[in-house]
Amino acid sequence: MSILIDENTKVVVQGLTGREGQFHALRNRDYGTKIVAGTRPGKGGENIESIPIFNTVEEAIEGTGANVAMTFVPPAFAKDAVLESAYAGCELIVCITEGIPAKDEAEMYDIIKKQTKSKLLGPNCPGLISPGKSNVGIMPHEITKQGNVGVVSRSGTLTYEAVHQLTQLDIGQSTCIGIGGDPVPGMSFIDVLEEYEKDEETSAIVMIGEIGGSAEEEAAEFIKNTISKPVVSYIAGVTAPPGKKMGHAGAIVSGNKGTAVAKMAALEEAGAVVVSNPTKIGEAIKEVI
Amino acid sequence: MDLFEYQGKSLYQKFDISHPNSSLVKDLTELQKVSELSYPVVVKAQVQVGGRGKAGGIKVANNEEELEKIANEIHGMDIKGHKVEVLLIEEASEILEEYYISFTLDRSEKQYLMMLSSKGGMDIEQVAKDNPSDLIKLHISPSEGLNEKDLNDSIIQANLNQKYKTELAEIILKLYKLFQEGDCDLVEVNPLAITSEGVMALDSKVALDMNAKFKHENFQLLEDEIPIPGEEKFAKEKGLNFIKLDGSVGIIGNGAGLVMSTLDVVAEHGGSASNFLDIGGGAKSETVSAALEVLETDPNVKSVLINIFGGITRCDLVAEGIVEATNGKDLKWPIVIRLDGTNSTEGLEILKNNPNDNIFISENMDEAAKLAVESGN
Repeated sequence: MSILIDENTKVVVQGLTGREGQFHALRNRDYGTKIVAGTRPGKGGENIESIPIFNTVEEAIEGTGANVAMTFVPPAFAKDAVLESAYAGCELIVCITEGIPAKDEAEMYDIIKKQTKSKLLGPNCPGLISPGKSNVGIMPHEITKQGNVGVVSRSGTLTYEAVHQLTQLDIGQSTCIGIGGDPVPGMSFIDVLEEYEKDEETSAIVMIGEIGGSAEEEAAEFIKNTISKPVVSYIAGVTAPPGKKMGHAGAIVSGNKGTAVAKMAALEEAGAVVVSNPTKIGEAIKEVI
Repeated sequence: MDLFEYQGKSLYQKFDISHPNSSLVKDLTELQKVSELSYPVVVKAQVQVGGRGKAGGIKVANNEEELEKIANEIHGMDIKGHKVEVLLIEEASEILEEYYISFTLDRSEKQYLMMLSSKGGMDIEQVAKDNPSDLIKLHISPSEGLNEKDLNDSIIQANLNQKYKTELAEIILKLYKLFQEGDCDLVEVNPLAITSEGVMALDSKVALDMNAKFKHENFQLLEDEIPIPGEEKFAKEKGLNFIKLDGSVGIIGNGAGLVMSTLDVVAEHGGSASNFLDIGGGAKSETVSAALEVLETDPNVKSVLINIFGGITRCDLVAEGIVEATNGKDLKWPIVIRLDGTNSTEGLEILKNNPNDNIFISENMDEAAKLAVESGN
């Protein structure tokens, strides 16, 4: 087990012919990930390091049985690319692209939710890795180790920090997921927590949040009501200057949610172990398992 | 990016949203051109801070003489640390009723949100708190958009004057169009007024989504008009995400989350950060040396902490940047460095081969923060 991706996952890479897409696709293939196809309109029939290129995701699925898309296309084309994968029937779409306009994100999320069965991770996220099985994204797999702790985070580098600590303490991970910090992320903390709760291989969860929005407060409510596994949490930004509020409208919508203190209090109240320093995440997990 | 009121109104012009006739004055010698307007006029200080009315930044002038006097008063005035450089001079409207309207993204619902109230022209946050039923909230599906039936229902529900319902619906749809097609993070109008000359947006608070810059030619022009503080300007030119803070420990890191938590750990060790500086993902050696240059311009810095966890970012390139910026130099302050992740072994090797008396290597973030705080004391 592990969640969302495993040794059977077959990945089609959107933007395989670009610099980033190619680098990470080949690196992940070397790790053992089944990178089965790439897409690039007009380049169908060619290949990159023996990975076949198709004109469309639909053709790639037909030809290779791909079930997960990893998307590296530039911001201006990302919405169409993600929707193409969703319409073609990918179970999971991992969108790495940074800098997509919020309106594009909101529209694509709305359409995927209403018209397709696909799950979307990201955009603007490091992707996910099930150590020893599959890496769909840009996380450095060298710092991971197969095991039983599920990691979920809004921040990329802070995820690495936590995973690295766990591995150094000889604590492995079932899956590590970065959901991304954009205004309209696909999968939320709650969606991922739900998967970890169901996963037999996951025995404890690390959840890393940061200031802004109310995703952590909503996750806390969910943990309280639904999660039976131990959760260790850290929230970045206790001392960060208060961000600009989006006019009065922003203040009315967010109320007093969004501060690190409010998020930490909500998580503690939900029964999570909240650490105040990210270098204590590993030790805290050691204590709960 | 938050716009000035006059910039928001230039977008009203583009989307055909009615608003008062006006004239923009950046230099007081430009006051003559105001003669095209009919009196009385309202002189409005263009500053990006709330409460400018109470601070004396908005005043009515009934004739040329008064205008001259008031404009001289307000131009150059300091409102909560913001110097008034630009005046917006508008024909005063005879206001019959004042409403509130805004469009924004509700992140937790992942839908757009329209808020509408008949209690405009006052503190809307207070209205939301005291009489929440006076503020109508309508969620809008991003893929389907605002439909007229929902809008008309909201206008009735919000108790707006039904005599003007057609005009109101029309202007609200245009504001939605500005929000949606114009890639705004926020469009807020308070007041949206019924005046003797019809329905008008009297104020504007607009924020743009700069990720959508590639779709809109005017975003760059608007951005160029907004002044940024000197130290942040240099960083911006170098492509760094930099925010000035009050403390004395200079911080350089990669990724917003890691930099934020570095600030927190420095605080845990009794220090306080002089800045937030994120070199982003995939930084090159030039980026790192530019980051150090930015910190050199800040006299408050007493020590520097570089905290890197390489993913896309390669630690060897970071180390090269540090060496480029410091080699052979007598450093102003001690630099504590923590490198982990992609190519960290190579990075640490580079630092070891280019020793500097004022550069210290630390094995983890906690120790590094502690050392940076202590060495700056």
